[in-house]
Amino acid sequence: MTRMDGAQALIKSLEAEGVEVVFGYPGGAILPVYDPIIESSVRHVLVRHEQGAGHMAEGYAHATGRPGVCMVTSGPAATNVVTPLADAMLDSVPMVCITGQVALAAIGTDAFQECDTTGITRSVTKHNFLVTRAEDIPGTIKAAFYIATSGRPGPVLVDIPKDIVDKNNPDAWFDFDYETAHIDLPGYSPSVEPDLTLVDEAAQLISQASQPVLYVGGGVLKARGAEALMQLVELTGIPVVTTLMARGAFPDEHELCLGMPGMHGNYTAVNAMQKSDLLIALGSRFDDRITGKLGGFAPDAKVIHVDIDPAEHDKVRKADVAIASDCRLATEALVTSLKAAGYPDDRPDLQAWRSKLSGWQETFPLTYEQSTDGELLKPQYVIERLRDLAPKDTIVTSGVGQHQMFASQYWEFNHPYTWINSGGLGTMGFSIPAAVGAKAGMPDRTVWSIDGDGCFQMTAQELVTAAMEKIPIKVALLNNAYLGMVKQWQDMFYEERLSEVHLSHDMPDYVKWAEAMGCVAFRVESPEEVDAVIAKANEINDRPVVIEFRCVNSEKVFPMVPAGGSNDDLIVDPSQRDAQARIQESSAS
Amino acid sequence: MTRPGDLSHHTLSVLVENKAGVLARVADLFARRGYNIVSLAVAPTNDERFSRITIVVDVESAPLEQIVKQLFKLINVVEIQELSPEASVERELMIATVRSARDRSQILELVGIFEARILAVSAERLTVSLEGRPDKIDDFEILLRDYGIDDVQRTGRIALPKIGKPPVIISS
Ligand SMILES: Cc1ncc(C[n+]2csc(CCOP(=O)(O)OP(=O)(O)O)c2C)c(N)n1
Ligand SMILES: [Mg+2]
Repeated sequence: MTRMDGAQALIKSLEAEGVEVVFGYPGGAILPVYDPIIESSVRHVLVRHEQGAGHMAEGYAHATGRPGVCMVTSGPAATNVVTPLADAMLDSVPMVCITGQVALAAIGTDAFQECDTTGITRSVTKHNFLVTRAEDIPGTIKAAFYIATSGRPGPVLVDIPKDIVDKNNPDAWFDFDYETAHIDLPGYSPSVEPDLTLVDEAAQLISQASQPVLYVGGGVLKARGAEALMQLVELTGIPVVTTLMARGAFPDEHELCLGMPGMHGNYTAVNAMQKSDLLIALGSRFDDRITGKLGGFAPDAKVIHVDIDPAEHDKVRKADVAIASDCRLATEALVTSLKAAGYPDDRPDLQAWRSKLSGWQETFPLTYEQSTDGELLKPQYVIERLRDLAPKDTIVTSGVGQHQMFASQYWEFNHPYTWINSGGLGTMGFSIPAAVGAKAGMPDRTVWSIDGDGCFQMTAQELVTAAMEKIPIKVALLNNAYLGMVKQWQDMFYEERLSEVHLSHDMPDYVKWAEAMGCVAFRVESPEEVDAVIAKANEINDRPVVIEFRCVNSEKVFPMVPAGGSNDDLIVDPSQRDAQARIQESSAS
Repeated sequence: MTRPGDLSHHTLSVLVENKAGVLARVADLFARRGYNIVSLAVAPTNDERFSRITIVVDVESAPLEQIVKQLFKLINVVEIQELSPEASVERELMIATVRSARDRSQILELVGIFEARILAVSAERLTVSLEGRPDKIDDFEILLRDYGIDDVQRTGRIALPKIGKPPVIISS
């Protein structure tokens, strides 16, 4: 037990939680907390915008599995972290955000830099706290980490009034002892272990299915369940789709991996779900980007739904067996139950189903046409080359738009925690700060940020952070001079009437800009130069690197389920439309 | 006019931590997810750590099960019971100011039948109060409307499980 003030206690609490890095930005209300940081073992990464701090904390959490921490001041700084909080909420990212607040007596008076932080962030956090006594700081920090990391993970915000961390306030001093700090959460006891009767019922359904699909979502990664999933697949021979949040949870190179389903999913993944008689949903939530028009989604499938958050059950799609549990534990229990039921010897023969799927895979691979002479780059080609030249366990982050979908489609994800993106909120600007966070947590890994020109302009300033803090990320900027994804929708659904989607290939000058921010920068305009420049970038490990790839603006992300359409209305690449029509005719007759 | 007696209305008794902002969290959740609240009453319990919120929800806006599960995700919600009319005792309080210049004796007769009470009197108005089951209060209010109600305020339903009937705890 040591006597200290609230600011010291806050930093000591973070140390006691094992926090190694805090992404933050100081200011008036949080000022007292920044003093003990000077002596602390916790590394502080000074960002250039608080949104960056939040996304860095997310990137760190995605990559390491440990909670990300960000710290900012009151008012405008708190509102600047609202976007990352909402992002972390929708993607279930464990994160603790500490905000300064005006002094207790000033709360409610419209004081300078006052805002109702806990009110504003209520619906974008798993929980938030306004601490009113210095001696409550350790218990609240403990509770915040516990809530952020247990059950369905999520962001937790702790709002701290300035006076309770002020060393000049006698009431801010108390006897600090983190060990005995008390968590009092009578209403919080997240479900963890699966109900074994339900697991046996699920096993029963699995043994009766002839066209099953494992529909794997981000929950499997959050539960560190990739190994258990591999066991389940090897035991059952059931094919797997990995959602945008689960890329890497099951290796793309595995013969039973069908890749990504959903709005920009590949033909086989989308249609496997459509034609399935049993969807085994593990940590996935039947998001509208997966289901398309709900009425037309997987009409003949029974559903086993494993999710640690029982509120996901029956929210969108009624489950035949709903298991409220950690995905890893449930998957392991399923393996045990299936073995008891005679697997793998007595498992049903899925050969017919598997040959149907491989037939589709052969007819409908992802495809694009290479640039013709003099044409700028194809974004798909750039991603393929980045992929093939990158070390095996490279971590990839992305922004939001066409480049994100191309990255998810064309990268080969063979390791969990190598793909970090903003799935639920779709936050442009996520990529660069998320990459900085991931690299801070995993300094020995190569981290490529695949970004769009629109996204880059939203958070590029964090490259200064990366340069100053020596966090050498690599950015592949796919510059198509457009808000490409929005252009795609205007091309397809608004008769090519383009409205406010043109940016510019050369304004800003990305190479100059990146250099000004302390990065090494390259520009690539033709396919022949691609490999050499990527190889150069891969060699640089002391500074951030930006490669601007000048891309055509004409590419569309296919396949695509049009918004509001059913998955059966999947629009494939123009070169595959005849084949698709033949299949549709033969199944209709 | 929807009334607490409707079939689509269910009563939830929600035990919450007695902390600042908990009511706002509950109200926020209903607003954000588009769930309709028919009535809501909050008060401390005999255990000072907890308050009880009695919420009448309209399950036409969302399935009861979803409402309960989402509510239970709030960290400060400790327990949720569903109170069906058969297994619970329910009460509500109404006060109403009625125009009584013409038909004062008829109104007084109704007050007598319903065992309501007179809280205030003037030459032209009566303020009456009635405590009872929500459907009885509905009936009284409808009858009073014929005379002209100037102002009416109802508390919203409060309820407890009947003695000897174990409560249906749907989340704890
Ligand atoms: C913060 C934010 N604003 C707007 C959008 C809508 N939006 C989705 S994709 C997109 C275009 C992204 O452009 P760019 O970064 O250049 O990527 P591209 O699609 O060209 O690959 C826009 C504007 C969004 N997702 N996030
Ligand atoms: Mg673009």
